Amino acid sequence: MNFILSEEQQMFRAMFRDFSAKEVAPRAEEIDHEEKPPLEVLRKAANQGFLGATLPEDYFGAELDGVSYALLIETLAGDCMSTAVTLATHVSLVAMTILGHGTDAQKEQYLPLLASGEAIGAFALTEPDAGTDATALQTRATPSTGGGPEGEVVLNGVKTWVANGGIAGLFLVFAAAPGGITAFVVEKDTPGLTVGYREPTLGLRGVAINTLYLENCRVPAANRLGEEGEGWDIAQQALHRMGITLAAAGLGVAENAVDVAAQFASERVQFGVPIAQKQAIQDYLADGLIEVEALRYLVYHGAWLADQGNDLTFDAAVVKVFAARVARSVTNRMLQVMGGYGYMEDYPMARKYRDARALGIIGGPTELQQVIVARRIMAGRDVEITP
Amino acid sequence: MDFTFAPEHVALRRLVREFAENEVAPLAMEIDREGQVPFETLRKMAKIGLLGVCFPQEYGGMGAGETGYCILMEELGRVCTSTATNVGAHIGIGAMSIYLDGTEEQKQKFLTPLARGEKIAAFVLTEADAGSDAAAIRTRAVRDGNEWIINGTKTFNTNGSFADIVTVLAVTDPTLGVRGGITAFIVESDTPGFTVGTHENKMGIRGSSTAELIFEDMRVAHENVLGKVGEGFVSFMKTLDLGRLTLGAACLGGAEAALEASIHWAKTRKQFGLELAHKQSVQWMIANMATEVEALRSLVYRVAWMVDTGQPFTQLAAMCKMYGSEVASRAIDTTLQIHGGLGYSRDYPVERNFRDARISEIFEGTNEIQRIVIASNIFRQHGVRIRP
Repeated sequence: MNFILSEEQQMFRAMFRDFSAKEVAPRAEEIDHEEKPPLEVLRKAANQGFLGATLPEDYFGAELDGVSYALLIETLAGDCMSTAVTLATHVSLVAMTILGHGTDAQKEQYLPLLASGEAIGAFALTEPDAGTDATALQTRATPSTGGGPEGEVVLNGVKTWVANGGIAGLFLVFAAAPGGITAFVVEKDTPGLTVGYREPTLGLRGVAINTLYLENCRVPAANRLGEEGEGWDIAQQALHRMGITLAAAGLGVAENAVDVAAQFASERVQFGVPIAQKQAIQDYLADGLIEVEALRYLVYHGAWLADQGNDLTFDAAVVKVFAARVARSVTNRMLQVMGGYGYMEDYPMARKYRDARALGIIGGPTELQQVIVARRIMAGRDVEITP
Repeated sequence: MDFTFAPEHVALRRLVREFAENEVAPLAMEIDREGQVPFETLRKMAKIGLLGVCFPQEYGGMGAGETGYCILMEELGRVCTSTATNVGAHIGIGAMSIYLDGTEEQKQKFLTPLARGEKIAAFVLTEADAGSDAAAIRTRAVRDGNEWIINGTKTFNTNGSFADIVTVLAVTDPTLGVRGGITAFIVESDTPGFTVGTHENKMGIRGSSTAELIFEDMRVAHENVLGKVGEGFVSFMKTLDLGRLTLGAACLGGAEAALEASIHWAKTRKQFGLELAHKQSVQWMIANMATEVEALRSLVYRVAWMVDTGQPFTQLAAMCKMYGSEVASRAIDTTLQIHGGLGYSRDYPVERNFRDARISEIFEGTNEIQRIVIASNIFRQHGVRIRP
């Protein structure tokens, strides 16, 4: 066991903090209030190699280890959760999935585009009737017949809540093929692919979350990621990786909230003293930091595990549930520390509170993760756990 | 014991619910989006007497008492927290402060048009450095013959930007502090020196207006002193006590609506081949929410009954506000979770209710202040005097 960040990780963290303070923090309020995807930040992040954060250098990635990547997401989320989730979707859900399951040709074709930011990745799994129950997909992938060239697949269906949908160049689409759920890489300019409605959301207002329409959308069979029928496992692995990454974002927003509220409490004078001297406020801050520290090591552990090649099903569920809970409860209490100012949009806490609430829902709701944890607990006890 | 509502209160609820569903609910999303105070709705409420629901008929009110007022706030809280906030600031603290401490002439002159809804009220207390610590106000009133000259800046004033009549708390003798040094005034907003400053951009209750008020050499007649000179702080706190009860009633409405929305969605939404209602996690969420709603309902109407029958209620009213706001926040948080992504979308009311509900833990005395009120009452009964 070793709980110390390596020199390299510490150096990276300092660099991430510099970047975030300089490029992300000044734009965070505008990104939220104007609901602007952080394209400018992404361009700057691409120059730093962050868009290929965990991709190998062969594909122009930065080849960060899992913990360093968690530190990146944590740092960005501290200043702007929209930016962190946009980047996390691109890296954890799309780039890493292509790296994990793509053929050499697919990797060579797509990963450099993603790493350079020439194309942003979007993840299209959810449908109107397939939310928590992603097995209920109705989008169809059928082999092309009549007229079309050999070796094409035709996609038809509607995908909702497609993270990065409005800014993406590449879509990872999951559809039911004759052999089961299958993943496809679909380029934005493919005829039949239309990006539709942008979801107006409580928080994460800088994340472009859109509906995606696929109408006789023909993609080369060569764009199939993995084998036919492997899509379900591919999606699950991506979501597990994303669970850990989102937890890192939860850590970032929560620890930054404590910092902001602590500063406020040290300056705000009521009853003749800074409110930091009131025991109730101390309790809020102390409980907040205790939860943050517990989450921190759960996140770094999960991030480290992601590098070990283990199955992440259980650990990702644990860390995601805990992160959602901590991010929600900490931002909620820190808002309370700031009283009326916490409720005003001219201060950052209201945004953090709205953003943090997403973690209980996106990437699979808490209730589904708990089923996964319960299933692990019951493994070997001859009880079948179904959602 | 008798837990039934009087026939006139049953009739009032029917009237208010119909009004809330037909006139208030359809505008709730729009006023949030546009950040618009629903003036037309307020005018319609005035027309049917609701803006004076609790005040005696001799002052233009409906005479439905505190219980009737709680019914109004509960029903408004069910459909639109912004509207409930506008109404609460008008009746519950603005007009109420005049009702509780005004002279007969002041009630005739100011309360009557407020109760009839011809004019709108606001309650002007908070300052930048005096939030929870309301005694730290610095707005100053200096006597000049038969007038007072008031100078200062007040923040976070609900209805402040459009109210016609406001009650203002100011320091009249800095050497005396809260006992003897602070006085309440009734001020008409067309008084020279009365200016509306910046409007707050809030996370929720965006259909209510929260504005800064600036007083510069504002001259107010001595006859507009509310209550006695030097007793304004006590007077304002007494008004806030009552406001806490009715805020609890609005929270009750919000929690009930959340429960109903959750039940509806749990019956409708299918995942894994079954309605969510068949998932035990969801069942427990609903069971917990329903239990808290029932506990809150009992608390709110018990305290309303205590007020209407002249019993002391300060500690319990603080509990109404504190518990009510926390029940409502928990309920709407659970509702959002049950709705999943749709709960997070601004296209559905759950999201607005989530933002709106959160203010109740903060305004009209933060829940921390309520806990201090409750604890200091308890310890006083045990011979211990505590300070905030």
